[in-house]
Amino acid sequence: MGFFILFFLFIGGAVDYLYFDAFTRVGPAFPVATIFSLGMATLMTLTAYYGGSGIILGSVGAEKPDMQIPEHRELRNIVTEMALASGSAMPQVYVIYDPAPNAFATGTNEKNSTICVTTGLLTLLDREETQGVIAHEMSHIRNEDVLLMTLVSILVGGIAILADWGQRGFYSSRSGRRLGSKSPLLFIPLLLLIALSPLFAQILAMAVSRQREYLADATAAQYTRNPGGLARALEKIRDAGMAFQKATRGTAHLFFVNPLRRRLDDHDGGLANLLTTHPPIHRRIMLLYQMAGIPVAATQS
Amino acid sequence: MIFVIWAIVFVLGIWIISTYNTLTALRLRVQNAWRQIDVQLKRRYDLIPNLVETVKGYMQYEQDTLQKVIDARSKAMAATGVKESAEAQAALTQSLGKVFALMENYPELKASKNVLDLQEELTTTENQIAFSRQYYNDLVTQYNTKQQVFPSNMLAGFFKFQPSEFFSVPGAETAVPKVNLTLTR
Repeated sequence: MGFFILFFLFIGGAVDYLYFDAFTRVGPAFPVATIFSLGMATLMTLTAYYGGSGIILGSVGAEKPDMQIPEHRELRNIVTEMALASGSAMPQVYVIYDPAPNAFATGTNEKNSTICVTTGLLTLLDREETQGVIAHEMSHIRNEDVLLMTLVSILVGGIAILADWGQRGFYSSRSGRRLGSKSPLLFIPLLLLIALSPLFAQILAMAVSRQREYLADATAAQYTRNPGGLARALEKIRDAGMAFQKATRGTAHLFFVNPLRRRLDDHDGGLANLLTTHPPIHRRIMLLYQMAGIPVAATQS
Repeated sequence: MIFVIWAIVFVLGIWIISTYNTLTALRLRVQNAWRQIDVQLKRRYDLIPNLVETVKGYMQYEQDTLQKVIDARSKAMAATGVKESAEAQAALTQSLGKVFALMENYPELKASKNVLDLQEELTTTENQIAFSRQYYNDLVTQYNTKQQVFPSNMLAGFFKFQPSEFFSVPGAETAVPKVNLTLTR
């Protein structure tokens, strides 16, 4: 969290220095852009806290489940079961009408949380497997990941907007007169910071997310006492190999499996560790089968 | 010197209060979890007559099995004491499982939306019972552990906290039974 606020500060400061000649004698008395971006960060954090789940649910097109449809009723029942197994309050349930199988949880705390599932997931998986997925999302709620994740996705969006403005400002006010007095030693790194900040913000978000996925898988196994169900769910979703279109780079880390489905996601190590929101799916499956006591060699095909 | 003694007394006091509160909170949560199980059991009692009524017409030759479910239900409702009621509940679960297995032989049943709805309701109720028992046992483990580990065991002894009893189904201690009553689609 602190990282993200610092980020806003840095970008604001850089814009100030480059365009408004702040921190020099000729510039304005206040670092305008710094204060502006700090205000924006505060505002966004507050928005994320009080309305973040609503924004996210809206952006992926989530709807209230229709209790006339048997599958939706089954979903609600499964969520009830998992709420009991984890001993927490019943979260709200939403569905997305989309064929790509996926799910996510959002909210601020245990009492105010939402689990959202695509209809594709409900048709693809049987009861036991859906239970595994819901248990995984329930673990995110119980492990207090949801608030962090929701804040991060709003802030990543905010940094992207800010950097966009910074870059546009650079192209429109490119008069040599302003840049002349500044040393290129400061000038170039600052420009790079503005240009690359969305990328940095995302790498941070990914690092946050990846670590929590293994933990949620393990906690899910504890709730269902059935790691095999979750493992089979992951296998089916991997084999379906469908990308969820409405997910953006700001919300990707919320999901059960990476909705963007790039080739890189199935790899392990160096670059993949830096640039993916989720651990490689085959590794998650392997760990779950190990928990179930099924030898790993038997599961590799 | 006097200051050091006061500091020790203060820290000790804080520790006593917080440990006592943790133990009490756990005890209340254990009690609450136990009542939660009763809620689910009640739901199952309410659903069973519905099920029997709905499938009776289709399953002409299984009246015996259905009667057994009814009997097991009344037995479970009448049972008193932890052990007796656990046994009666286990018998009820078993007889229900039998009915659902037999339903596989009646294709008309699978076609009926009413039956499917009821089946989903019963499946989730069975699971909810199993999961609330599991959660109850998790809490009891936590509560009993807190009473037995050092240093909180000294306080638990002093304030006379009693270890809670685990819920166990006779003959099924090794695995938590998860009933999947869903018809194969």
